[in-house]
Amino acid sequence: MRVTLWGTRGSIPAPGPETNRYGGNTSCVEIRGPNDTLLVLDAGSGIRRLGATLPSSLQRVDLLLTHLHLDHIQGLGFFAPLRVHGCEVHIWGPASATYSLRERLSRYLSPPLFPVFIRDLKSTLILHPVAVDEFEIGEFKISSAPVIHYDPTLGFRITTTDATVTYLPDHEPALGSGDLEMSEEWTSGYSLAEGADLLIHDAQYTKEEYQDRVGWGHSSIPDAYNFATMTDVKHLVPFHHDPGHSDSDLDRFFGQQLRTRKYPFLVTPGAEGMTFDLG
Amino acid sequence: MSQQEIEIILTRHWASHLSTPIFIVDPQGDLLYYNEGAEYILGRRFSETGKMGADEWAVAFKMSDDNNVRLKREELPLTIALTECRPVHRTLWLVGLDKVRRHISTTCVPLIGQADRFLGAVALFWEMEE
Repeated sequence: MRVTLWGTRGSIPAPGPETNRYGGNTSCVEIRGPNDTLLVLDAGSGIRRLGATLPSSLQRVDLLLTHLHLDHIQGLGFFAPLRVHGCEVHIWGPASATYSLRERLSRYLSPPLFPVFIRDLKSTLILHPVAVDEFEIGEFKISSAPVIHYDPTLGFRITTTDATVTYLPDHEPALGSGDLEMSEEWTSGYSLAEGADLLIHDAQYTKEEYQDRVGWGHSSIPDAYNFATMTDVKHLVPFHHDPGHSDSDLDRFFGQQLRTRKYPFLVTPGAEGMTFDLG
Repeated sequence: MSQQEIEIILTRHWASHLSTPIFIVDPQGDLLYYNEGAEYILGRRFSETGKMGADEWAVAFKMSDDNNVRLKREELPLTIALTECRPVHRTLWLVGLDKVRRHISTTCVPLIGQADRFLGAVALFWEMEE
C-alpha cells in the first residue's frame, strides 16, 4: 500500500513562503493498493494537483469524504476525473437522516458558490452515504464510523492484506473522555485506530491554543500523541495543521513534543508530497 | 471492552457536566452511566455501583406509583422509551440504595444516532417538592 499526502493543512488553504515545506493545501490523501486500486481521502484543495497526475483513461476512482466542511470538499469541483466522460466517480460520505449526500454536496457544487451544477458533471457520479459500515473497494477493506467533530464526521480504517491505515483528520477524542477516565470504551475513534500501521490524525493546536478551543472538533498535538499511544499504532502522522502555523512553528511544536517523552511509535509530521510505503 | 458509539460517549460527557440527574442505558436497557445529580437520588455513587444489567437496576431502584404499587419492569418509563421508541414522562416514587423514598418526575427519551441508529435511551429526572 502506498500513501501520498496531497494536502495537510486544516480549515483553509494557507499558501505562502512560510508554509512551503509542510504545505498550504487542505486535506487530501491518495492511497494505492497492491493491485493499483486508487482511493482518495477527502477533497480539500490538494485534490486538484492529485487529479492532474491521473490519466484521462481512468475508469474509476473512489473518493472517501470524512465530512462536508468546506476545507474537505473545496477541491471537488477542480478534480479532473469529474470532467471525464464515462469515468465512474464513487463518493462515499457521511449519511444524514434528513438530506441526501447529493443534496448536501449540491449546496457547494451549484451557483453562486460554483458555476457548474453537480448534474452537469461529465463523469458518472455514484454516491454512497455511510455511517457505521464495512465495505470493499478492490483490494481494500474499509470500516467507517462516526467520530467526534462538529457535524456528522466519519473516520476510516483501510486495510489490505499487507497493512492498515487509519484516517482521522478532524477529531477531538479528548472531548468525550478528557474529564473522565481515558479508556478504550469511552474514547472516540479507538476501534478505527487500534493497532494501525499508520495513523493520520488531527493535530491542529498546541496545548495552550486548545484551552480556548475545546469543543471546536480538533485535537491538540499532545492529545494526538496520547491517542496514538493509547491505540497502539506503529506510526503517527500529525495532520490538519493550523493555517496560522508556519513551517518553523510546526518544527518547534513537534520537536518540543518529542522531547517531553519517548513514544513507542514513529512520528512523521505530515507534509505535502510525502509518501509512505506500507506492507 | 469495545468502544461505545460516539453519540453515547458525547451523551455521557454532556451528562457529566450537568447537575440535572441523568441516567443512560444501552439498547438492551443495561445501565451505562449516571451522573452526580442522579447519585443523590439513587442513593449511591456510580463509581460504587458501576454498570448494571437491566434486570439488576430495575430491582435495585424500587419504583412505585402514587398508590404505592410497585411498577413492573415493562411499566418503567425508561423501558417504554426503549421498547416503544418514544418519549415518556411521568411521576413515580423511587426508593434508592440509601433506602430513602423520593417522589420524582422523569422524562425518558430514546437515543437515535446518525443514520437512524438506535443507541439506547436517557432518563432525566428530578425530585418533586412536596
